[in-house]
Amino acid sequence: MKPPSDQQTVYTSTNPKKLQNGAVIANPWRDLRQFTDARIGLGRAGISLPTAELLAFQLSHAQARDAVNLPLEVSALTAQLNAIPLLANATPVLVVASQAHDRVTYLQRPDLGRKLADASRHSLVKHLNQGEAPTPRFDLAIVVVDGLSSLAVQSHAKPFINALLTRLNQQQKPLTLAPITVVEQGRVAIGDDIGEIFNAQIVIVLIGERPGLSSPDSLGLYMTWSPKTGLTDAYRNCISNIRPAGLSFNEAAKKAEYLINEARKRQLTGVDLKDRTQDDVIENQQQTTNFLIAEL
Amino acid sequence: MGHSYRYTLGSQTYQFANLAELMAKATPHRSGDRLAGVIAHSAKERAVAQMTLADLPLKTFLNEALIPYEQDEVTRLILDDHDSKAFSHISHLTVGDFRNWLLSDYVTPEILATVKMGITPEMAAAVSKIMRNQDLILVAKKCHVTSAFRNTIGLPGHLSTRLQPNHPTDDVNGIAASMLDGLLYGNGDAVIGINPATDNVAQAIKLMTLMDEVIQKYQIPTQSCVLTHVTNTIECIEAGAPVDLVFQSIGGTEATNSSFGFNLNTLAEAQQAALSLNRGSVGQNVMYFETGQGSSLSANAHHGLDQQTCEARAYAVARKFKPLLVNTVVGFIGPEYLFDGKEITRAGLEDHFCGKLLGLPMGCDVCYTNHAEADQNDMDNLLTLLGVAGCSFVMGIPGSDDIMLNYQTTSFHDALYVRRVLGSRPSPEFEQWLMHMNIMQNTILSTDLPSAFAKPLRALQGGC
Repeated sequence: MKPPSDQQTVYTSTNPKKLQNGAVIANPWRDLRQFTDARIGLGRAGISLPTAELLAFQLSHAQARDAVNLPLEVSALTAQLNAIPLLANATPVLVVASQAHDRVTYLQRPDLGRKLADASRHSLVKHLNQGEAPTPRFDLAIVVVDGLSSLAVQSHAKPFINALLTRLNQQQKPLTLAPITVVEQGRVAIGDDIGEIFNAQIVIVLIGERPGLSSPDSLGLYMTWSPKTGLTDAYRNCISNIRPAGLSFNEAAKKAEYLINEARKRQLTGVDLKDRTQDDVIENQQQTTNFLIAEL
Repeated sequence: MGHSYRYTLGSQTYQFANLAELMAKATPHRSGDRLAGVIAHSAKERAVAQMTLADLPLKTFLNEALIPYEQDEVTRLILDDHDSKAFSHISHLTVGDFRNWLLSDYVTPEILATVKMGITPEMAAAVSKIMRNQDLILVAKKCHVTSAFRNTIGLPGHLSTRLQPNHPTDDVNGIAASMLDGLLYGNGDAVIGINPATDNVAQAIKLMTLMDEVIQKYQIPTQSCVLTHVTNTIECIEAGAPVDLVFQSIGGTEATNSSFGFNLNTLAEAQQAALSLNRGSVGQNVMYFETGQGSSLSANAHHGLDQQTCEARAYAVARKFKPLLVNTVVGFIGPEYLFDGKEITRAGLEDHFCGKLLGLPMGCDVCYTNHAEADQNDMDNLLTLLGVAGCSFVMGIPGSDDIMLNYQTTSFHDALYVRRVLGSRPSPEFEQWLMHMNIMQNTILSTDLPSAFAKPLRALQGGC
């Protein structure tokens, strides 16, 4: 945001013509947007929003609504995931669905979004039993869920998984990875169901978060040790706001790797497992004076 | 628990297993009651439940607790604090009669004030279920409730706003920027209230100090609040922090409140601690509560009740502690509880009505999430209706966009709109300040930047 060219005039003069000709009254403090993404200094038409701001808001809301309502393009996503180099020799991505059979049901019945559809459960079990008995134990299962933003999953699941697998691949003893699953109309807890079927030590759920007006594409990550049906949020760790304009893929992968290693060390996830990767940074950010009270 | 209720319509007899089921089935449609499995099975069953409920004597609610007295401290609070003398004015009425009585010309603001402590939350909820939106508006407007701390909230013809300057990392300049924006748009008389992004005692103290310094420096007749857990605020007070208002989210059952990590004793302790600071200048209402339909079901603590009845019971908790503000955050919880603009609108009007009838300074966070079937037009409608109903306060946020909580609520502009169309005004003390600071003259905003705020802005840009 460029400061107004003639600050002194803007800040001190009265311009009655502005009222007379019906023009928008701009707010000189719009420059304060350097401190916040909040929609400050919008200006006003009378006491109402100027047309440009009204329409900008509508566009943001439209993007968020589309993120919720547009279905995940499953075939495009599976093709992207199967193309990750580190998965070249892995089982191709499996696609399953929750018991919420459409979007309207999904939005009103979170309980159904947490449960695997019977056909999907059977197909996963059948897939596991194809190979030699007994069922192998996996170190990690990654479950990709549309959630409330198909946009987030469509755009960010692949680059994030790629970043995570690259990090994990550099560990001394690489983790065994269950086939990646993609879930339609799912909630976070459906990952516990799937992790349990795969007999996975840890399940990571990547899910489209509730879209914000300015962040329609936030990807969330939920991690559960020893997943089984019926666990509550208290048993999970969460990494939120994964997107280019929020927490970068690389930073998020770093946090996830940290949590995976800690979980394996301590054999747990949830409220007793704290993410301490940011502690030093937070301590150093304790600015306390703001511009409104700074001594002049 | 209690007996069943029957209603015969033509050749068909409808049966409702108990009072809770009757209340639930008489409730206008909403997704949360369906999720809970307590909703009427058909539109006709709902209409019959409403007719059955209308025939019920109000006294029934004193004899038949929806959640047993022994199991729930909110039930005990409701029944132990019931004022039978106040109730004697309406003790002969059925729920249906009560609606007529409330709407009658006989019932004035003075009579409503006399009777309010005789009305239980369940009576308020029951009558609201058989009232149309216009009834909820008309009666709420007759309920005059004022509260005060550094200014007076809720006077007839006045509409206040909570200035909500949230920031996703609690950046002090980011918060200050939104505060300035709000103040220059004439907002912030109900409270300047921050939802902290990082929720701990140290952070709360930092934010309280920030707001206190601004309020002191510019001599703003308003109060601040950090919306952190009540036990955190108690710790802040013990640490000597400048606490104006104590915040807590509350629900209508003991189990809900346990899931929120407090009980009635905690609130009493917090109220006493805040009162001991003696920071109010025109009044000593020191509590700020938030509520919202669906919170009990969400905590699996609803005891088979419908979500609106649970919500009304939360108001019994609120009125015990003489709050400055009670805010129903109506559309925040999401479409599994209130599906669309129509359900959000209805719930907002019900909550405002029930709260006011019970004597609370009721405001409303007129809001929605992006996964709800709602938009700005729905918010315009509810805001206008609540303005007509005499709502005590609404939220004010830059451009309706809460960048920390990721939902949309009413903007600074929206508050000015509703004041303009209805001729309502900010709190009197705050309005004086707006004029003194040259932010506003006779309801018209100044086109100039007020000099007191021009200085820090010039300093920021390197000039002086």
